[in-house]
Amino acid sequence: MLQVRGLKISFRTERGLVRAVDDVSFDVNEREIVGVVGESGSGKTISLLSVMGLISDPNAVIEGSIVYKGRELIGLPQRELRHVRGEEIAMIFQDPMTALTPVYTIGWQIGEQLRIHTDLSRRAARKRAVELLDAVGMARPDLMVDRYPHQLSGGMRQRAVIAMALSCNPSLLIADEPTTALDVTVQAQILELIQRLRRDFGSAVVLITHDMGVVAEVADRVMVMYAGRIVERGSKRDLFKSPWHPYTWGLLDSIPPLQGPRPRRLKSIAGAPPSLLELPKGCAFGPRCRFRFHSCGDRPILAGNDGHQAACFLSPEVRDAAWSRRAAPVAEAS
Amino acid sequence: MTAPGAAPLLEAIHLGKTFAVGGRLSPGGRKVVHAVDDVSLEVRPGETVGLVGESGCGKSTLGRCLVRLYDITAGQLRFKGTDISHYSRRQLRPIRREMQMVFQDPYASLNPRRRVGDLIAEPLRVHGKRSRGEIAARVRELMALVGLATGHIERFPHEFSGGQRQRIGIARALALDPHLIVADEPVSALDVSIQAQIVNLLADLQERLGLTYLFIAHDLSVIRQVATRTAVMYLGSIVELGPTDELYRAPAHPYTQALISAVPVPDVDGARNRIVLTGDVPNPMNPPTGCRFHPRCRFVKDRCRVERPVLREIAPDRTAACHFPLAG
Repeated sequence: MLQVRGLKISFRTERGLVRAVDDVSFDVNEREIVGVVGESGSGKTISLLSVMGLISDPNAVIEGSIVYKGRELIGLPQRELRHVRGEEIAMIFQDPMTALTPVYTIGWQIGEQLRIHTDLSRRAARKRAVELLDAVGMARPDLMVDRYPHQLSGGMRQRAVIAMALSCNPSLLIADEPTTALDVTVQAQILELIQRLRRDFGSAVVLITHDMGVVAEVADRVMVMYAGRIVERGSKRDLFKSPWHPYTWGLLDSIPPLQGPRPRRLKSIAGAPPSLLELPKGCAFGPRCRFRFHSCGDRPILAGNDGHQAACFLSPEVRDAAWSRRAAPVAEAS
Repeated sequence: MTAPGAAPLLEAIHLGKTFAVGGRLSPGGRKVVHAVDDVSLEVRPGETVGLVGESGCGKSTLGRCLVRLYDITAGQLRFKGTDISHYSRRQLRPIRREMQMVFQDPYASLNPRRRVGDLIAEPLRVHGKRSRGEIAARVRELMALVGLATGHIERFPHEFSGGQRQRIGIARALALDPHLIVADEPVSALDVSIQAQIVNLLADLQERLGLTYLFIAHDLSVIRQVATRTAVMYLGSIVELGPTDELYRAPAHPYTQALISAVPVPDVDGARNRIVLTGDVPNPMNPPTGCRFHPRCRFVKDRCRVERPVLREIAPDRTAACHFPLAG
């Protein structure tokens, strides 16, 4: 349904060209939930913003191809893009207030969307707004439809935004850290809702998050991004059961376990993600990698089989052994 | 080291903190919010007490009351056996050296126009009678202790990454050799891989310097990793308190149980029993009657709607505020 090929996004800055996304290719199939994981600055949000045509920075240079249902989105005029956005692809953000205006009721805001993209009357749009609020699990939708955003809790606002995103039945929903600002009990409600979207609305979802737990909970397939590139991708099972890339190992090991014995120390990844202005030569993760060897001075490309790929020079034997041991010495930052 | 009987370092007894909200012009008139309501908690020397709860539950307010950054409005606060509930600022000065705070956003708590060396030296200058040379030596020692390169002493905060800034915040807190550190969400603004570094650093420092921590966080897996004992807060009160391992293995309060079950775990096999709570945390201005958790509780009974449960012992060193605890 969505095919991204060779996507490169750079920004011209005073200190030179910053490559935020470097040669990223991926597909999203219908009714599929794809998780995109990475730390801040890994390029996960900006890649998907470009799919929405939402990068308005005049200093941004976007190359590559983004094909949605057979139609090239890069270079599409804003007028046409507006129809794709909202009707075909919708996006929700970490902070629901970025998508809501404080001066109108949420019912009005959902209705506006419907009146722009469909020929519903004002009254019909309002009725539909109530139905949508009900569908996203808002209690008393008939009352809530007349509330202003500030009268709602964070979880309720996120539901309102999801209702707005769903108003025109988009076939693809891009959710950027939709639960990060929410409490854990509310997060559980929203994650359940996202899974229901596929069931009830038939939508595909791209879920951008830094939380491996969230991905394990809802995604079918996972892409791990680091310094603007995809370093590993595969089915959820591949990623969590037999991950290939040392960065993925590091991410999984950094999370304190909620069950079982408590490790005396967490296995952290040494150092910090590199600045995009001064990317290391070769593998960008190299300087932080415990398994670095002479090959890593070159840049690894994604390789593997159809379902599972990683951008790493470690041989399958070495990495399988390393992952099954998982007893590697603790690396610590200096 | 942290036997239940040991004399507590810090002790809150029926501690309360209210804020006045609204005024003559607001629709509801002037009201009082109980941000912290009747909290009794002891922090024992050498242990880490984890304070966990959702936003607005009062955990940060409680943390600030415990170091007297806020004045308390009810109950008592004892530090090393002395009642400091109503100490003046002047009386608090010597005590402040012994209890320090680490904040969530290290950038917001660091003056962007001062160099790192100055920032770390600041508490030493304010509180000490040290010579310039002694201060410089201590700053270098602290930087090494928290894993900052001493060569960066002349840099400004913006030249550091989030994790390094948090190290600066920790170095400042450690400058005066405190006994107690109250850390309010010290890792929640950091990337996962950096979180683990800071969690490890805090554990190392505790071991080396014999520190006592009150660690406030909303992340249940972080609390499980760091805390000796865990206190769960809901709407201004502690609903459950006990040794971390036991509390996570067999939570006694239905809220604790739901909270733990809601955490997404990076595991694809675990068919876990997720308890999805309905609704949101109620408005603290207008808390429910009886047990404050009853409108969201799966096990609610008539008694819960009218009678407010108090924190009572359900097993040795474990307490829960529930009429029908699930464990113990």
